[in-house]
Amino acid sequence: MTITRTDVIIVGAGPVGLFAVFELGLLDLKCHLIDILDRPGGQCAELYPEKPIYDIPGWPSISAQGLVDKLLEQIAPFRPEFTFGRMVSSLEGLGDGGFRIVAEDDEVFEARAVVIAAGGGSFQPKRPPIPGIEAYEGGSVFYSVRRMEDFRGHDLLVVGGGDSALDWTLNLQPLAKRVTLVHRRPEFRAAPDSVNKMQALRDANLLDLRIGQVVGLAGRDGRLASATIKGPDGEIEIPCTRMLPFFGLTMKLGPIAEWGLDLHENLIPVDTEKFETSVPGIFAIGDISWYPGKLKLILSGFHEAALMAQAAKRLVSPGERIVFQYTTSSTSLHRKLGVPD
Amino acid sequence: MTAHISTWMPKTARPLWRTPSGIEAECGGACACATCHVYVDEQWTAVVGEPEAMEEDMLDFAYDVQPNSRLSCQIKVRDALDGLVVRVPERQG
Repeated sequence: MTITRTDVIIVGAGPVGLFAVFELGLLDLKCHLIDILDRPGGQCAELYPEKPIYDIPGWPSISAQGLVDKLLEQIAPFRPEFTFGRMVSSLEGLGDGGFRIVAEDDEVFEARAVVIAAGGGSFQPKRPPIPGIEAYEGGSVFYSVRRMEDFRGHDLLVVGGGDSALDWTLNLQPLAKRVTLVHRRPEFRAAPDSVNKMQALRDANLLDLRIGQVVGLAGRDGRLASATIKGPDGEIEIPCTRMLPFFGLTMKLGPIAEWGLDLHENLIPVDTEKFETSVPGIFAIGDISWYPGKLKLILSGFHEAALMAQAAKRLVSPGERIVFQYTTSSTSLHRKLGVPD
Repeated sequence: MTAHISTWMPKTARPLWRTPSGIEAECGGACACATCHVYVDEQWTAVVGEPEAMEEDMLDFAYDVQPNSRLSCQIKVRDALDGLVVRVPERQG
């Protein structure tokens, strides 16, 4: 078993988690970030990358992705390590005061302190509003494609109008017995090129396109047999043994709720000196933290990161004197930041 | 559930102090999720108007979308909407 050891594990690589690397780095603490998404940026990158943010101090307007890019540039001197595409599952305290976190696929991380910067929770695929769909999940209904071979020879129903839906329609069409793409309306969000390719296949009668919503599923023992689609002209039942719904992502607190921390309506209460949770050594900053007067603003998260870093430093290096310094004038901070003298 | 618009409709401004139950507005009013989905009362659909393309795209992710579905963060509050009645779906997203 490989164990990744670091000073501080940060759960969540959104803007606040990223800036925590900077504040902890100035105090010589190394960080490892874990995020369920496949890239840094959290909500900024996943929900609204191109939208401008107007309340970042010093930036009259900056796109969400632009902010993420700038933060990555800012923290680069501290060489943070990232694990993407993994949800943290368990957290346990070690006898020596440290913590062990296990993520999906049994990846193990150990650190002296843990910072939860998980925003609104982890992004997970949304379950579509189809009665009884749970019974078929994992057997016939999947929210992502791990192995294309699992779809060979099947009557496949792909639901959605974005890039995921169109990409998998095109990729699996040659393998499946028959692919049916279902979308609520005739307009697609996906790249026009993919939509054109899909329409060409439909014109050649190599796949079916149906406008409507899936309203029912039928099958037995977890094995899907057919789906009912409600369209403008009424309901139709089609054979279906595999289904891929792409209804976007939702945010769930997930396993963090099981870590034994006090919670306040799915948020984590902290003090406003150290931003420490009810468990010493575990901190929470950003949108997931709660204290009287809390504002869910990125700039508040930055402030929380700075104060948390002081407390984390005292925990990791007990007895060491912390000298407060400004990045403008401190040559020792300049060295850490790689600023030439 | 019905609500009087001026008390709660999320504008594109944070924080959402008074989001009522049934409206999650996960993204904070940026038309970037579909968790502030409402059904506009039929007497009001003409006044409220139609969703724009970006909102239609987000509505694909909403639960049980109907012809009178809107994302409430994209309804700009104005005097003509005083008294507006909307209903929230059984669930958001």
